[in-house]
Amino acid sequence: MTQKYLLGIYQPDGEAPPPEVLDPIMENLAALNEEMRAKGVWVFAVGLHPPSTATVLRAEGDDVLMTDGPFTEGKEHIGGFTVIRAEDLDEALEWGRRLAGVLSPLPVEVRPIAV
Amino acid sequence: MVEEVFRAEYGRAVSVLTRVLGDIDLAEDAVQDAFATAVRRWPVDGVPASPAGWIITTARNRAVDRLRRAAKGAEKHAQAALLAHEPEEGEVGDVPDDRLRLIFTCCHPSLAPQARVALTLKLLGGLSTAEIARAFLVAETTMAQRIVRAKGKIRAARIPYRVPRDADLPARLEAVLAVVYLIFNEGWLDRADLADEAIRLGRVLAELMPDEPEVWGLLALMLLVASRREARLRDGEIVLLRDQDRSLWNAALVAEGQDLVRRCLRWNRPGPYQIQAAINAVHSDPPTDWHQVVALYNQLMAIAPSPVVALHRAVAVAEVEGPAVALLEVDTLDLDRYHLFHAVRADLLQRLGKNPVPALEAALERAEHPAERDLLRTRLGLAAADQQDRADDDHQRDHDPHPDRHAAGLRRRGRRR
Repeated sequence: MTQKYLLGIYQPDGEAPPPEVLDPIMENLAALNEEMRAKGVWVFAVGLHPPSTATVLRAEGDDVLMTDGPFTEGKEHIGGFTVIRAEDLDEALEWGRRLAGVLSPLPVEVRPIAV
Repeated sequence: MVEEVFRAEYGRAVSVLTRVLGDIDLAEDAVQDAFATAVRRWPVDGVPASPAGWIITTARNRAVDRLRRAAKGAEKHAQAALLAHEPEEGEVGDVPDDRLRLIFTCCHPSLAPQARVALTLKLLGGLSTAEIARAFLVAETTMAQRIVRAKGKIRAARIPYRVPRDADLPARLEAVLAVVYLIFNEGWLDRADLADEAIRLGRVLAELMPDEPEVWGLLALMLLVASRREARLRDGEIVLLRDQDRSLWNAALVAEGQDLVRRCLRWNRPGPYQIQAAINAVHSDPPTDWHQVVALYNQLMAIAPSPVVALHRAVAVAEVEGPAVALLEVDTLDLDRYHLFHAVRADLLQRLGKNPVPALEAALERAEHPAERDLLRTRLGLAAADQQDRADDDHQRDHDPHPDRHAAGLRRRGRRR
């Protein structure tokens, strides 16, 4: 029996880094994803558009309220995530460590998936 | 009798049951059930030949009963059936790995340090939530929440129940030793029960990992520091090492600690705990050989440098090279938030005939422990009176036509007033 984990990537709001910085990072990220796939760990991975593109919906009675922007205001938002399948937290943390290394200095949050 | 077995065997029983049941809460409930049964039965039936084995077997039977009773779905039935039939190899005998696994689970680096301490005391030490809350001066509900949250994380995030692989072992062991030392430090000044619990855990670790010199180093360090416990406080006030009544030192603990330090030296695989133990071993053999203490601090600075170590080193340097050299070293340290930094500066300033009052005030502002605050207040009172005397002397000297000739005499008179 294995457990799924979310590896959430937090990034500061604002402009993306210039290509000469971003491109090698994306290459390393692609390589890590490939390695995860090869090891049967990789389940799913996405990168997100900036939080300014988000829309928040909240049902109140029969209405659904719609507001612009991300749900929480803050200086950092989730920029993407990878879902992996691991034996236990130690294995998940090992992959999380690799991901954080590739994306340094962005923090990576490792969180078990309930269902 | 049950109480004694409880202290000695609770951790072992919970460890075994956690492996068998795969769940810490179920294991704790089962073991507590078994001890409750022992309280009723042992006075009547007599104490079994192997109390620990009896507790573990009873706990397991209780868990099976509980699971059967609670079984609503096929899965729980299956779990109960599994428990009832699966022969657990070595279950009743000594399975040292089980306690080791539980220690590594409790001290997993993904848990907050406070949670590691609380879990270790609860699951391995058998302390109640109320006892742990009292020891750390937090409300029982706060401590209960902390423990529930940590156990929830262990379960949901699947913090593994196993000894880390060799590659991870040094870092993970460091976390375990840090937790034990934290428990010791919390207790050594005036909570003997916590300090004793830390030493007990240290002995368990040494038994389980006899080939790790740092485990023995930590045990030796705790024994040597604990040996001076009775001399450490007088009327609730801290007594510095040099002023302690050595007849109050515990000779047995000193001997055991020094013996372990010698064993560590033969190993020749030094680490921070072993070196700190060696420093304490030197102090335990008065008069302190300060040259040796400085050499040991140099070694400690080489493998585990930190401003706090540098501060302690400077205290030893003051004894060898004098307070002026030590003060120069202390003043380079970035430790403004640490009360001992200011207390050490005050002592060095005073020995150099300078005004220690501002440094003592800074130390008092930052110290938290009541006994430490009392000591600082006393020192501050003496220093302030001394400064007042000197100010009076200076005032008189201003009007003295022959200040050089009289200053020394005036100062002595001033002091006596």
